[in-house]
Amino acid sequence: MTEKVLMKGNEAIAEAAIRAGCRHYFGYPITPQTEIAAYMAKRMPKIGGTFLQAESEIAAINMVYGVSAAGKRVMTSSSSPGISLKGEGLSYLAGADLPAVIVNAQRGGPGLGGIQPSQSDYFQATRGGGHGDYHMIVLAPASVQEMAELTIRGFELADEYRMTAMILADGTTGQMMEPVSFDFEVKEPPAKPWATTGTKMARPHNIVNSLYLVPEELEQGNLDRYARYELIKEKEAKAEMYLTDDAEIVIAAFGIAARVSRNAVDEARANGIKAGLIRPITVWPFPDKAFKSVLPHTKAVLSVELSMGQMIEDVLLAVNGQAPVTLVNRVGGMIPSPEQVYQAIVEAAKKGGN
Amino acid sequence: MTVFERPKSLADIPMHYCPGCTHGIVHRLVAEVIDELGIEGRTVGIAPVGCSVMAYDYFTCDMIEAAHGRAPAVATGVKRSDPDNLIVFTYQGDGDLASIGTAETVHAAARNENITIVFINNAIYGMTGGQMAPTSLPGQVTQTSPYGRDVNACGYPVKVCEMLSELDGPEYLERVTVNNVRNVRNAKRAIKKAFQNQIDKKGFSLIEVLSSCPTNWGMTPEKALQWIDEKMIPYYPLGVYKDRSAGIGPMYKKEAAE
Repeated sequence: MTEKVLMKGNEAIAEAAIRAGCRHYFGYPITPQTEIAAYMAKRMPKIGGTFLQAESEIAAINMVYGVSAAGKRVMTSSSSPGISLKGEGLSYLAGADLPAVIVNAQRGGPGLGGIQPSQSDYFQATRGGGHGDYHMIVLAPASVQEMAELTIRGFELADEYRMTAMILADGTTGQMMEPVSFDFEVKEPPAKPWATTGTKMARPHNIVNSLYLVPEELEQGNLDRYARYELIKEKEAKAEMYLTDDAEIVIAAFGIAARVSRNAVDEARANGIKAGLIRPITVWPFPDKAFKSVLPHTKAVLSVELSMGQMIEDVLLAVNGQAPVTLVNRVGGMIPSPEQVYQAIVEAAKKGGN
Repeated sequence: MTVFERPKSLADIPMHYCPGCTHGIVHRLVAEVIDELGIEGRTVGIAPVGCSVMAYDYFTCDMIEAAHGRAPAVATGVKRSDPDNLIVFTYQGDGDLASIGTAETVHAAARNENITIVFINNAIYGMTGGQMAPTSLPGQVTQTSPYGRDVNACGYPVKVCEMLSELDGPEYLERVTVNNVRNVRNAKRAIKKAFQNQIDKKGFSLIEVLSSCPTNWGMTPEKALQWIDEKMIPYYPLGVYKDRSAGIGPMYKKEAAE
């Protein structure tokens, strides 16, 4: 029997990172994710790792850049306003094709916003977050167990594709406590012959760089990166399908919104409405195929979000006009209630999808 | 008999620097020091954004190009990845180190991060075509201070060595220049000490090098070297501002006075 421990979501992320072989963590205090830094501060010195509280979010992400350039697994975490500050570093990591894991425990915005949960950094996360053409792999956990699993998967994917992986959590999933098992295998990091570990006078020098002044070379770098993205879209898009086989009303929701929606789906089913839930586990790449697969019997799609409607744009692209898509949301740190979602399902069922 | 040759750790390719610019001299000094200390194979250099952005092509050790001003943070990451083996240096200009990257500089110094910083102070933004730098002198004419730097409107220059010397953290801070042979030899001594300190695990060493920018100063190379003597050194006096191991620094003076 696998041993389970009761942990907060944020702590599960930290422990999972350590189990993934991450020995370098840099962060700056911001609510609601400080448990990650606190956990790392306690554990890293005991296992020969590095915990360093950086002078800023900007410094933290650039310390990540340095460790990653030197070929080691490395992580930073923050919450929405802090992720904005890291945007520059995220772009440079992408430009230099460096792997790293970044956690965003989202809070309400814009600006300083609030400290309650949100999903309003969806655009920022799925479209890259900084300047230039690039993506991050964005993983959206909905339970403490999944926070652990997706953190480890994040390190593996980051190394495999030489890019950043973001754990797109929120204030609720980070704070809630659930039993979690760490009984899973971790893939060894691949060889990193490109890393700046010192030439040891045995090879030409490695250069980690994102500057290409010859436009043809910069263009080629972008094309190569996007060819890799196509492969990722094909292989790594992932969603949980809940009661979708015959669903006429399909909900799209990730993270905490998916947990609320699941309850609403159960209630709808109990009342004879064929409702189902598609829960994207990767929000980049977005699981388009999951949506295409339900279209033959779907009469309406509801996008349940803690934002003013961000994921709904990806849902609309996936559904491509073949079913109406409606937003069900709360923002500013508010969470839609199961009742609100249930009522939206009832409403959609009444309209029969029109 | 060979009497003079290119340092091994300096790549045999043309540099992009303007005629008369002192970056070439300082690159050579860094490379000579790396050669003499026998550390090329375990050295990682961090290039900045600015005129020396392409320094990654010129040194034969492993190199990283950092975002503008972030080199000390990147260096911190690299150093912490393998603190017992790697030798890490940054090479930064005044806009990079003393303006957009001030926080990274100050905090790497405060942590006594065991890295070496070579800081080129030429009192101007060279790469972007001669704008006012944090170190431009009062009254200095630049593209963005066409009537001369007005200290009432844009404040005073940042004196990096003086500022950092007040921190308990850093091991070694020295200001040198490379405008004549004697000064070049002295600069090499300082840079070598800054690398040796890191090998000896003493901590943060920063060498500020007063440098010339004939192109953007609008001077001949010769006149630019004179301008360092006449204008820069009086504002930025040369010397050791902190040497913790030798008990040199403002805090030690205070102790002595008490």
